[in-house]
Amino acid sequence: MITIENLTKVYGEVKAVEDLNLEIRPGEIFGFLGPNGAGKTTTIRILTTLTKPTSGHARINGFDVLREPLKVKRAIGVVQQHISLDRDLSVRENMEVHARLHHLKSSERRQRITELLDYVELEDESNRIVTDLSGGMKRRLMIARALIHRPKLLFLDEPTVGLDAQTRRRLWELIRRMNIDGTTVLLTTHYIEEAEALCGRVGIIHQGHLIALGSPLELRQRLGLVTVETLSNNKDTHYIYFPDRTAATSYAQGLPPEVKTIIVRESNLEDVFVELTGRKVGDD
Amino acid sequence: MVNMLMDTYSVLWTDLRFLARHWRRTLATSLVSPVLYLVAFGWGLGRGINVEGASYLEFVIPGIVALTAMTSSFSGAGMKLNVDRLFYRCFDECLMSPVSPLSLIIGKALIGVVRGLISSVAFLIIAFIISPTLTFSPLFAVALVLTCFVFAFFGVFAALLAKSHQDMATFSSLVILPMTFLGGTFFSLSQLPEALKIILYIIPLTHSSQCLRAVTLGQPFPWLSLLVIVGFGLAFFLGCVLVLRRSSV
Repeated sequence: MITIENLTKVYGEVKAVEDLNLEIRPGEIFGFLGPNGAGKTTTIRILTTLTKPTSGHARINGFDVLREPLKVKRAIGVVQQHISLDRDLSVRENMEVHARLHHLKSSERRQRITELLDYVELEDESNRIVTDLSGGMKRRLMIARALIHRPKLLFLDEPTVGLDAQTRRRLWELIRRMNIDGTTVLLTTHYIEEAEALCGRVGIIHQGHLIALGSPLELRQRLGLVTVETLSNNKDTHYIYFPDRTAATSYAQGLPPEVKTIIVRESNLEDVFVELTGRKVGDD
Repeated sequence: MVNMLMDTYSVLWTDLRFLARHWRRTLATSLVSPVLYLVAFGWGLGRGINVEGASYLEFVIPGIVALTAMTSSFSGAGMKLNVDRLFYRCFDECLMSPVSPLSLIIGKALIGVVRGLISSVAFLIIAFIISPTLTFSPLFAVALVLTCFVFAFFGVFAALLAKSHQDMATFSSLVILPMTFLGGTFFSLSQLPEALKIILYIIPLTHSSQCLRAVTLGQPFPWLSLLVIVGFGLAFFLGCVLVLRRSSV
């Protein structure tokens, strides 16, 4: 579905993406995980033809993003990180603009818009002006809009940033449903739990480099599925990783008495990220 | 070709929807300054003055039509695109859709043309009521439409270059505002010293005023000026193409 070969993007002195190689398979939900400024959005912008790479290649559905941008654009739907709706127009009009730009015939337009507004549960809002919608509604409208031309591949750049927990869960459900209905999804996120909840495979990006690739479980297994967190002298937190709970517990029991706080828990992608980079995902 | 026209219309459609919803406000605001100019200069200041063998009122009306066409087309195309690009960020959606850059530029410019024509025709109706002796011909319409195209492309060009809303306002006051007063709108260029005249012939609005005025006052038509207008239109259009190409780096 997506083939990325030696992709590099340099802005002045800064290497936003360096020598990225990646294959994304049809039907999967793939997540780019990394802190802000890691190169996730730059990669997405190159794949969606908005930015030209400095070197390297990217192909979507067999089409080169540089040489056949129109064919790429027909195959993809994009939900950008920021709200990119025309806030002066109504919900339905925003859908209609997009349908027209993607050459849908008028009868198909009407049917598809109704169907999609229904899908994202915005059918009752169809005549409201976008300015008046809540954040979650705007997000859902953007997703519905991105689906209008039945793209095979959907890009979601930080789809749930700034949304409350409930709205986020609804969006996750929607993303899973779209995936089951046959859309390949590439999303970026700096929320660990989002990557764990949604993605079949995750690529961890740090300073423009892909530093780990695999399913959330594989990545955690590589590190050790169980983490022992210790706090000694009330200042230094240490993390030690074990393949299973038995090994972790016996280690914890053998610790000297001055180690007061001991937490034994399941490892998560945050641990994977911290171990690989020495930083937290939320850091800038 | 048919596809390109359809795409152009699709791009225009968005802005037409907005205009359809707000046409009263748009029309009213775009008529304020031309009517004020007409009252202040045409009636107030210019009463009893004759220029180029006509009353000052008759002289100034085509000038005000030209400047109305200019400001409405420029801001009609430019301001909305500026907001779409930098504030709503929905211009990115157009860039990611399978629509050619040419359709995008022309579609975005056309809303300026539409708004420029609406404002100047509305002003003309007012002017005609005040001064029924004005004469018109198809050449007047040609010059008016071309003027709208020139400044609509100019507006798109400025909006594509602008890095902030402030840039757009600066552009307006440094380029559009001086043209309003100097582009052969309120005074006859024949009264000016030669050096100044040459400078004023470099700005596009001068040629628009000359063409429109020649028709309404029954003077010989300045074909060269019409050609210059077309030239400016092409130049601004090419400017848009280059800026849009550069922006996707």
